[in-house]
Amino acid sequence: MSSVYNCPVISCTMLNCTCADIRVFAPEICGEAVPGQFVHIKCDGLTLRRPISICDVDGAVLRLIVDSRGKGTEWLVSRKKGDILDILGPLGHGFDCSGESILVVGGGIGVPPLLYAAKKASDSCAVIGFRSEDQAILLGDFSQACRAIHIATDDGSLGHKGFVDHLARLKLESEHFDRVLACGPTPMLRSVAKVCEEMNVPLQVSLEERMGCGVGACLVCACKTKADNEEGFVHSHVCKDGPVFDANEVIWE
Amino acid sequence: MTGIDMKVNIAGVELKNPVAVASGTFGFGHEYNNFYSLNELGAICVKGLTVKRREGNPPPRIAETPAGILNSVGLQNPGVDSFIANDMPFLREFDIKIIANISGNTIDEYCEMAEKVSAAGVDMIELNISCPNVKAGGMAVGTSCNMAAEVTSAVKSHSSVPLMVKLSPNVTDITEIAKSVEDAGADALSLINTILGMRIDIKSRRPIIKNNMGGLSGPAVFPVAVRMIWQVSNAVKLPILGMGGVSSGEDAVEMMLAGASAVAVGTACFADPFAPIKVRDGINSYLVENSIPAASNLTHGVLPW
Ligand SMILES: Cc1cc2nc3c(=O)[nH]c(=O)nc-3n(C[C@H](O)[C@H](O)[C@H](O)COP(=O)(O)OP(=O)(O)OC[C@H]3O[C@@H](n4cnc5c(N)ncnc54)[C@H](O)[C@@H]3O)c2cc1C
Ligand SMILES: Cc1cc2nc3c(=O)[nH]c(=O)nc-3n(C[C@H](O)[C@H](O)[C@H](O)COP(=O)(O)O)c2cc1C
Repeated sequence: MSSVYNCPVISCTMLNCTCADIRVFAPEICGEAVPGQFVHIKCDGLTLRRPISICDVDGAVLRLIVDSRGKGTEWLVSRKKGDILDILGPLGHGFDCSGESILVVGGGIGVPPLLYAAKKASDSCAVIGFRSEDQAILLGDFSQACRAIHIATDDGSLGHKGFVDHLARLKLESEHFDRVLACGPTPMLRSVAKVCEEMNVPLQVSLEERMGCGVGACLVCACKTKADNEEGFVHSHVCKDGPVFDANEVIWE
Repeated sequence: MTGIDMKVNIAGVELKNPVAVASGTFGFGHEYNNFYSLNELGAICVKGLTVKRREGNPPPRIAETPAGILNSVGLQNPGVDSFIANDMPFLREFDIKIIANISGNTIDEYCEMAEKVSAAGVDMIELNISCPNVKAGGMAVGTSCNMAAEVTSAVKSHSSVPLMVKLSPNVTDITEIAKSVEDAGADALSLINTILGMRIDIKSRRPIIKNNMGGLSGPAVFPVAVRMIWQVSNAVKLPILGMGGVSSGEDAVEMMLAGASAVAVGTACFADPFAPIKVRDGINSYLVENSIPAASNLTHGVLPW
């Protein structure tokens, strides 16, 4: 059962100017975590917890990658060894990593949750994109976890110049995959969804929305999904129904 | 807990302890029941119900503020019939008072729901005439004495359980509304609903909430809630379920001293799912430390200057 745990920080190291790699001792959460799930972390002085994806699980060590973008994440990336984090989790529905081969497609801070998914899959390839070389993270980890990795940067400073949906298309044209798992900014997910639809490959996407409780009680983190009713949609909730959805359920706005 | 009487009574409904959970922050109880049994709580005010299913407002529906949040969910709920069929059986498994929070577009809708939830066996009705996030009904009703009285007396005649009216803080003088609904036959009052607010992202110049405005809750509203509960409890005889920013036992004691018979915990659950339990235990500790035999002794115990 997900619950609230006080987790000691084992290490917190910067991967680049803004991203930290945080490892915490969280045996209960690790024991249950499924790739694609997230945790909700209390940050000093703030009313709301911050949702952070599970990047990896190694025994009792939970690994989180946090990009500093505001008050809460700034506080998180400045944690030190021995600090205690108040973590609620694991939460939400994760990726389905079954099948023989999986392609993970990630962009920016959407890349971390795909690592644990790639590891759990029996065979995986990765297409990951960043703004530029200095923003690139987890390259070594993905190289180890995956049969092949392909990198794109917006400015061409590393790998292919351009977006991940192009690389994903090339990959899907050259090989069969049972499923594609994607996480990243909405425009990227929408493009990947288009590619997968054209190539007729099932796709799961991990969505983001501003959250309240994180457990499905307050109904704040709404996203539109298809439904057989007058309106043609219902408001599902990222924290409980997601964050991972089948792409063909999602209504892209 | 030995020796302390934690029971409180609101309009004839006995709560085994003075801690409820606030409407819209706790769903229908399923989620938090995974953390602790609902048997621990005095009462649950369920998510605001409407006659028909509502999908609510587009996201983003929440913005953080200093010591609080703004929300604009817009009463997303599966409709009263679905609640009765799918959630009442679950809630009835617990030793907890069930308070049905209802919102209508018209007086007829309010009455229809009151009949349905009464028949379904809820313990109390909470009449939501104070939602700031919907166009029809909601706050428009709760900020006019005449309309508030009209809907109260109509719903009263269609309810077979005690009727609690939830007041909006978005008024000049909350005691006027309180007196109007008391005269119209309300059995209890709950306050406060959220305070209308707004946040703007200065980079995009867009309001953070898609609906532009939202309702403020959390510790930021606590002093306003205490003040309004004190004013209302001086003005009317009705028992009060107090809410607005309660996140500790001390907060609850303070709100009860101001005039509340019990408190509801809302936004505090988001930071700590166990907040209602901690509030309950905190009240108990205060009573023990101060040799006060019963939680009900706190109500309206403030010694004003
Ligand atoms: C399911 C999920 C998984 C995520 N995983 C990661 C991750 O692994 N690593 C990472 O660095 N970030 C992740 N994010 C984004 C991260 O939650 C936000 O960057 C963070 O909440 C911003 O908080 P802040 O205080 O720094 O920013 P502020 O802008 O000060 O935050 C203000 C409010 O807005 C919310 N908010 C702001 N941006 C976002 C956003 N993009 N998504 C949701 N809420 C937001 C905050 O939670 C807070 O309530 C994830 C988001 C979701 C929904
Ligand atoms: C996300 C959210 C949803 C809410 N939904 C409702 C609702 O459906 N009906 C209602 O009467 N009040 C609703 N409220 C108001 C609360 O019940 C409560 O009156 C208010 O939040 C103040 O208490 P708090 O500060 O402890 O949260 C909602 C509040 C929040 C934060």
